[in-house]
Amino acid sequence: MALSLTTSAKAARSGAAGAPRNTPLRRKQNRDRMRVLGFLSPWLIGFSVFFAYPLIATVYFSFMHYNQIKAPDFVGLRNWKYVFQQMPLFGPALWNTMWLVVVMVALRVAFGLGIGLLVTKIKTGVGLFRTAFYIPYLAPPVAATVAFVFLLNPSTGPVNEMLGWIGLHGPNWFNDPSWSKPSLVLLSVWGIGDLMVIFMASLLDVPKEQYEAADLDGAGAWSKFRYVTWPHDHPDRTVRRGHRGRTDDAVLHAGPGRRKARVGCLHRARHGDPARLSRPLDPDRPAARLLAGLPELQHRRGMCALARALRHRHGRHPAADAQERRPHPGGGLR
Amino acid sequence: MTTTTLTAPPAAERTRDRGPDAARHRRKRILNWIAVHSVALALALFFILPFVFVFLTSVMSDGQALSGDLWPTSWHWSNYSTVFHTPGFLTWWRNSLVYAVLGTVFTVCSSVPVAYALAKFRFRGRRTAMILVISTMMLPPQVIIIPMYLVWAQQFHLSGSLWPLIIPMAFGDAYSIFLLRQFLLTIPQEYIESAKVDGCGELRTLLKIVVPMAKPGIAAVALFQFFYCWNDYFGPQIYAAQNPGAWTLSYGLESFKSAHSVNWNLTMAATLLVMAPVIIVFFFAQKAFVEGVTLTGVKG
Repeated sequence: MALSLTTSAKAARSGAAGAPRNTPLRRKQNRDRMRVLGFLSPWLIGFSVFFAYPLIATVYFSFMHYNQIKAPDFVGLRNWKYVFQQMPLFGPALWNTMWLVVVMVALRVAFGLGIGLLVTKIKTGVGLFRTAFYIPYLAPPVAATVAFVFLLNPSTGPVNEMLGWIGLHGPNWFNDPSWSKPSLVLLSVWGIGDLMVIFMASLLDVPKEQYEAADLDGAGAWSKFRYVTWPHDHPDRTVRRGHRGRTDDAVLHAGPGRRKARVGCLHRARHGDPARLSRPLDPDRPAARLLAGLPELQHRRGMCALARALRHRHGRHPAADAQERRPHPGGGLR
Repeated sequence: MTTTTLTAPPAAERTRDRGPDAARHRRKRILNWIAVHSVALALALFFILPFVFVFLTSVMSDGQALSGDLWPTSWHWSNYSTVFHTPGFLTWWRNSLVYAVLGTVFTVCSSVPVAYALAKFRFRGRRTAMILVISTMMLPPQVIIIPMYLVWAQQFHLSGSLWPLIIPMAFGDAYSIFLLRQFLLTIPQEYIESAKVDGCGELRTLLKIVVPMAKPGIAAVALFQFFYCWNDYFGPQIYAAQNPGAWTLSYGLESFKSAHSVNWNLTMAATLLVMAPVIIVFFFAQKAFVEGVTLTGVKG
């Protein structure tokens, strides 16, 4: 009656092996199964209806000619060939995406770590500084982008105005194809708050004793960073690297320029307002969409690190820890 | 072990012998303090200045907003009421709020039981289910949007509203499930077992024992989800674009900007009004959000 889940599962299995049908054990096993199904049901429905089905449909449609009026018609690899060989925006879009992923992620991680380190060193007004660095991250991407379009606008923008004070002629930022990507990088570095928080959580995890020991050994600031902080921080870094931030929608707003077309926004462009429908993108070619996802696969991974930090901060109960680590009786994929 | 024991020895040293060594040490610390704080101050200024400029521009007159001036010569607070009285602005505001609040409530209600089952039940396929949750999380919404759109538009005739975005949230959100599951793992099994010994059913255990213990985790998930909905641009653009009555603030701001392309002052006022709720929510929930959840350790 008062069996824990683990023991009940064990009992249920032994029941399944030996006991005849319709014993209390058997009934309990069925009840357990229904209970699991009941608790999982929201997600089971959500997963199949809002994930599995559309994913399969996307793959299916990528081999079809389909215009929403006539029934889909199998065309083999034609759509895929179109994407790779004829779609004029695909090449630049892929290149731009790669560029942004590499540069933006590198700079975001560098700045996130730098500012995280700085904030952990601050002794007076930590809260104030932390808030200052964190708040830009909260600004809704669209609002932040509109704000930056204003700040960086070449004619009256405050940034170029101030660059003028020191005798610099500012670039055209979003209006110049060769400066639009750096402008986006600037925008994404501004919203560094999430990475800062994650890095801080992890930096504060470094046992203080290790710094003390380094002090005793006469280590300087750099050595301490290189040999204590850096190795300690390492496991999370790979996870965080994927966390890209707010570029997605920013790209759409920031203005004209073919160079800015990212794969991710191609189909958005076609699906959005009618004005954008005129772009040379075929509605029945979801193949482009399949590719669109690739660089974004890691998008939310930074949150894994956050979850880790969260769990850590709340102090794992040793029992819970042991329970998780304990190999499941019977083994195998359960 | 604790910070106090760690910082105690140097402090004691300083008071005991005030030799030249201690003085040098003190000077070095002060210089260090100045260096760190001045760098931090300069950087913080860069992070805050965009807000300042946006605000200053938002109260300029129409003419001055088009000049390179940084400081308003006269303060036009009426810009804000002009924005508020723009047709549609209040509707967008309401839509954003409905989307964010319903989306958050639905997500939390549907994700908690799933996360609980994944964290605490033992059943065949548990690991597979977890892997599926994580893979759902990795896939960007763009990949599945067209079939989804066809379903909502053709089967349910719900395009032009926000329901296609809100309804799926009643069926669990992978990312929230994942975060909650990680959090629920930290709750010792003993609590759940003793609740059962006392005769609690599964559902009652969840509601009376687990949920109260998981409050910080739930608060974090709810906030993330609220921010996600409020900031969402892609979803409303897909489903609500054809019906201005269903636009959210994020989407409406875009059209506002195009309509007032020469009125930077109005655009900036609108921008600030879109940013404001999120930032206000953050300040109220900061404790749950940053302090209570991720940075409990900052103060040592």
